[in-house]
Amino acid sequence: MNADLIRFSPGVYLAPAVDWLNANFHPFFDAVTKLIEAVLGGIEAVLLYPSPYVVILVAVLLAAFLINFRVAVITAVSLAFCLLAGLWTASMQTFALVTVAVFISVSIAFPLGILASRYKSLEAGLRPVLDIMQTVPPWVYLIPAVMIFSLGRVPAIIATIVYGIPPMLRLTTLAFNQVPKDLLELGQATGAPPRAILLKIEIPSATPTLLVGLNQCILLSLAMVVLAGLVGAGGLGAEVTRGLTRMEMGLGLRAGLAIVAIAILLDRLSKGALQGRGRGPTRATH
Amino acid sequence: MNTINNANEVLVDCQNVWKIFGARAPTAIRAVEERGLSKKQILEEFDCVVGVANANLQVRRGEIFCIMGLSGSGKSTLVRLLNRLIEPSLGQITIKGKDIAKLNAAELRDMRARNIGMVFQSVALLPGRTVLENAAFGLEVRGVPRDERYKIARAALEKVGLADWMARYPSELSGGMQQRVGLARALAADPEIILMDEPFSALDPLIRRQLQDEFRQLTKSLGKSSVFITHDLEEAIRIGDRIAIMKDGVIVQVGTAEEIVTQPADDYVSEFVAGISRIHLVKAHSVMLPVAEFQTLQPHCDVEALLKTSPEADIGELIDLTMRSNRDAVAVVENGAMVGIVTTRGLLCGVAGTPARELVAA
Ligand SMILES: Nc1ncnc2c1ncn2[C@@H]1O[C@H](COP(=O)(O)OP(=O)(O)OP(=O)(O)O)[C@@H](O)[C@H]1O
Ligand SMILES: [Mg+2]
Repeated sequence: MNADLIRFSPGVYLAPAVDWLNANFHPFFDAVTKLIEAVLGGIEAVLLYPSPYVVILVAVLLAAFLINFRVAVITAVSLAFCLLAGLWTASMQTFALVTVAVFISVSIAFPLGILASRYKSLEAGLRPVLDIMQTVPPWVYLIPAVMIFSLGRVPAIIATIVYGIPPMLRLTTLAFNQVPKDLLELGQATGAPPRAILLKIEIPSATPTLLVGLNQCILLSLAMVVLAGLVGAGGLGAEVTRGLTRMEMGLGLRAGLAIVAIAILLDRLSKGALQGRGRGPTRATH
Repeated sequence: MNTINNANEVLVDCQNVWKIFGARAPTAIRAVEERGLSKKQILEEFDCVVGVANANLQVRRGEIFCIMGLSGSGKSTLVRLLNRLIEPSLGQITIKGKDIAKLNAAELRDMRARNIGMVFQSVALLPGRTVLENAAFGLEVRGVPRDERYKIARAALEKVGLADWMARYPSELSGGMQQRVGLARALAADPEIILMDEPFSALDPLIRRQLQDEFRQLTKSLGKSSVFITHDLEEAIRIGDRIAIMKDGVIVQVGTAEEIVTQPADDYVSEFVAGISRIHLVKAHSVMLPVAEFQTLQPHCDVEALLKTSPEADIGELIDLTMRSNRDAVAVVENGAMVGIVTTRGLLCGVAGTPARELVAA
């Protein structure tokens, strides 16, 4: 028997599907591209128009007032590193890219994750899809993304979103499954409407696990950013790619460390912003 | 005000309520309806667990109704049926005359918020909220404005003796204090009926006694009704006006503490009551001899000269009276008429748990 006959090649079916999408939904994809470009451009403009010193100062002050002193120090150190490494522009581009990607990933994964914890059949249906999304090497996403959105920041951001959804979704489902049953019973027994149960009982007690999910989402999105450099998304990924292609150890290392700095910054900022000023039993118990 | 009617008003009424857990529960229910199977038969035939079997109970206004039973006897299931956290498989439950199975989601929420509060064994305090915010939770979800709900919650916390702890977090409180916050939370919502699912089980005996007394006194002074779950008969006797004893999902006996201790319905109940001290439970009316019978036994005794007491006097008081008198009998008087005589022999029988009738034959 000829092995070629039974060889399974999903690409044969996928490629025409992508072509068909391209041909028939071009205006839609065009609009998506424009929207994402506009949002990204806006954030970048805000970050890059003023002098870096002003941006750092404002960021540190905001962190100090809205979160706490520690986060303010971390903000100062990580942003100062990006500036001193000579990668300020690239860092801000990456910051904007990841922020938008994570924001969209979370907006998709969070509600889906809640639904999956409510409806076990949805969870069962989503599980293999998530497995595939996580095990397929990430640059494979880039191919259809580039086919549809062509080179640039938009395919990069789409691939990043796809990569960021699974951890957030899984951990959201886990977080909501772990909400203590007696607290849910309390909500029902006091006659709380479903919205109040969600906002006042489920989300507060799911928060620690949700923050882990957010952290994973941010880190994986940043890992994806390096790959995004391959498709011309600019930012630190492009610097890493340049360091690699030119065998410039110094540049690659600086860009890599800047990515770490951005990762730490994003993680602490998001955690701090969501938890507020250290309220609750974490502060009360010692 | 028509207090007589009010006092007898039935707030909670369970009629032939069943709850069967398991995949084949509907078939099992049909079999119960048609063939009247027992718990064991249902488990064997349908692989379904009977949580509650054919429960009937009425809770009246102002009453503390205890449900006592061992672990797994279906107490939690029964109490959750009362506010429809669990749907009954069969039977009807009415709260204040309304069939709760017929309420829609909004009406059910309203009933839970206004009429029927609940206190949990696990306390179920929200860890990220202060004691005050926890106590105000029920009012908060009902949309009561902030200042007003804090005022009410503060008053409720004062009632349970936690006035100085309002700004603390639950993790800073001891178990007994946390349980009081749970009670304050239920009280703040001002329901007519409070369901208590083994609220004091996890506490040490001293704190527990104190909370039992506080709870009884609070409930009575506020005029609330309560269904109180416990696995401890002594607790049930201390707190309850009436007690229901459950075994394997079945309510085997309902009655006052005295009725249960003096006339246990079956061997299971008598085993339970065997170790219970009768001194404060058994009353004069259940150990007294009819006056005529006493006179045939002791014709020389002048019954008019005996010390007098009421039929509600317990053994402890009767012993006191007997010690103070120079005779060894006490007369029981109701509405000015002498209804019986308690002899020392009768007292001893009361303490030992032998019915008063038997001592005549002896
Ligand atoms: N959700 C459920 N699914 C299946 N069986 C259940 C469920 N809830 C309770 N049961 C069964 O119903 C029976 C009664 O349980 P229940 O929790 O009412 O007991 P309990 O008297 O409250 O015991 P405890 O004192 O340990 O709290 C048990 O045999 C239990 O296995
Ligand atoms: Mg229980």
